Amino acid sequence: MKLLFNIAWTHVSTRVRQTLVGMAGVSMGVGFTIMMAGLMQGSQLDFLRQLVDTMPHITIEDERRSVPTQPADQEYAAVQMSDIANVGKRPGIKYPESVMSSLRSWIPGDVAPSAKSTAIINHGGARIGISLTGIDPRREVHVSKLATQMREGKIEDLSRSPNGILMGEALAEKLGVKTGNTVLLIGGQGIQLNSTVAGLFRSGLRSIDESQIYSLMGPAQIIMGQSGVVNQLRLRLNDPMLAQKVAAQVEAQTGYKSVSWQEANADLLSSFTVRDFIVLTVMGAMLLTSSFATYNIISTITHEKRQDIAIMKSLGMREYAVRRIFIIEAAIIGVVGILFGWVLGYLLCYGWSKITIFNPLTGTTVPLSIHYSLTHYAVVGGISLLCCAGAAYFPARKATRVQPVEIIRGAS
Amino acid sequence: MSEIALQAVELVRRIEGDVAHTLVNGIDLSVKKGEFLAITGPSGSGKSSLLYLLGLLDAPSEGEVIICGEPTSKLSESERADVRLTKCGFVFQFHFLLPEFTSLDNVLLPMRAAGKMSEPEMRERGLSLLGSLGLGEHANKRPNQLSGGQRQRVAIARALANRPEIIVADEPTGALDTVSTQQVFKILRDIADQGQTVVVVTHDPALAARADRRIHIVDGKIAESTGQGGGEAVCEMAT
Repeated sequence: MKLLFNIAWTHVSTRVRQTLVGMAGVSMGVGFTIMMAGLMQGSQLDFLRQLVDTMPHITIEDERRSVPTQPADQEYAAVQMSDIANVGKRPGIKYPESVMSSLRSWIPGDVAPSAKSTAIINHGGARIGISLTGIDPRREVHVSKLATQMREGKIEDLSRSPNGILMGEALAEKLGVKTGNTVLLIGGQGIQLNSTVAGLFRSGLRSIDESQIYSLMGPAQIIMGQSGVVNQLRLRLNDPMLAQKVAAQVEAQTGYKSVSWQEANADLLSSFTVRDFIVLTVMGAMLLTSSFATYNIISTITHEKRQDIAIMKSLGMREYAVRRIFIIEAAIIGVVGILFGWVLGYLLCYGWSKITIFNPLTGTTVPLSIHYSLTHYAVVGGISLLCCAGAAYFPARKATRVQPVEIIRGAS
Repeated sequence: MSEIALQAVELVRRIEGDVAHTLVNGIDLSVKKGEFLAITGPSGSGKSSLLYLLGLLDAPSEGEVIICGEPTSKLSESERADVRLTKCGFVFQFHFLLPEFTSLDNVLLPMRAAGKMSEPEMRERGLSLLGSLGLGEHANKRPNQLSGGQRQRVAIARALANRPEIIVADEPTGALDTVSTQQVFKILRDIADQGQTVVVVTHDPALAARADRRIHIVDGKIAESTGQGGGEAVCEMAT
């Protein structure tokens, strides 16, 4: 192997310009692919982080996934029942405090109650449908990032204002209200409530900032016309990625529909899968294209070295050993190219992270999110090395298949 | 009876194609160990083709090449390469040294490929070979820093590197001046005198006359065989 490496090294080191061009091709491919991977995953993770921070990891609602089986259905196989009228029962989760106590004993996180309803906000002639969530500020800080998302006022100010509400900045802008102003909330049963804007928040998700309002549990229950009702439990986990598994366990325990943040955003996440596929395809194409430089160089070297190949074979070197020389040459070009590509990739990522862009959805200027991952470097480097070896294999195989006697006769 | 180093039995090499052409046409030949055989003949007669067949650089269409008692017709390409590496040493008309390597590295190449000696042993043998051929001070020079005769001597040193039983040389003096030609032939003669078998293709009748035996090839057949060394040779005369 040392002999093969010596020959390979001699070949590449005596063709400095060609070798540098090949290495530059690999470096560019690796560098730009790492940058692209960091950029794409960074933006994706940033979006998911915002999503996960903004919404509860698991939401337990006072409904079931399917209608409960009727006793007659269970008893007799021949019985089939459908279109059964629901018994008018009080909405909400039964014994929410005991359910929460039970959950707190085993879930890796915390749980808080809420009363969720829809309402219309009426102010200055504008009537906008909103989502109203009644919360307990002391518990809320354990299950959401609302406290850190406050731009004006504090979450505790809900208790200090009469029927206080926290409103998204975008909604406040749309209504033209500021902290301290009073707006009219109208519930589904026509119940009206004058509420004071106690603070403004910004989640980063426009859809939430334009339609979400928080109040204490009491005002929300009044708007719903159901005093004391808790129709939603919200869970926050230490590890958001466990949400699906925990949600299934919670649903099995309580019987209530438990929705993880992944389930709630299944459409979005599946679009990420498509996006990932497209990105991987583009990155693969970039690496493959960069390996063409290696292919070109190895093709040239094998063409120039046909006579040497014939001599080595005539001296008794086996075909695969001669072929390996050119694979090693490609590996040398690939490895050095990859090392420079890693540096280039890091510098590009660093440079991009310094660029800020205006986000028209949130109306803010934010830096580009870059995800730095050793996995990117390892995977891109590995794929690039394989591409280089593959690019060298075919011209090397063709060149080493030649019969030495043909070359020697030609040279003589 | 002397030991046979190299034997050809009914050797045929045919080029297939639109116009089939027979390069070597049924040659029987035995070469004793330590014999110096010269192959002569006009251009296109098939002498180089015969040499390539004898050195396993080419495979016969029919017949058999037996090297040191081992038939070779059924060997795989890798096994043929092993035989070339260990039992045959090649010297070509042009030196065919690797241009990026020094003289010593070129001589070390077959030894490194065989991998049977340690690096110090290989270097010692390489320097010894170069020294014995008068190239001791040129060991670290590249081929482009050597004269034609010196390059050919390096090529001979390379051919001797693995102590092969047989040295096969295809017009080794064809591109050399008179002085270098004499030097190279003397070296080949000495090699044969030391017990290694030497088979040389040459156009030069004066040089061929210095071999133990000379065979003259015409149209792929042995037309004439002369010399004392050919006691074991079986020669089919051209009709």
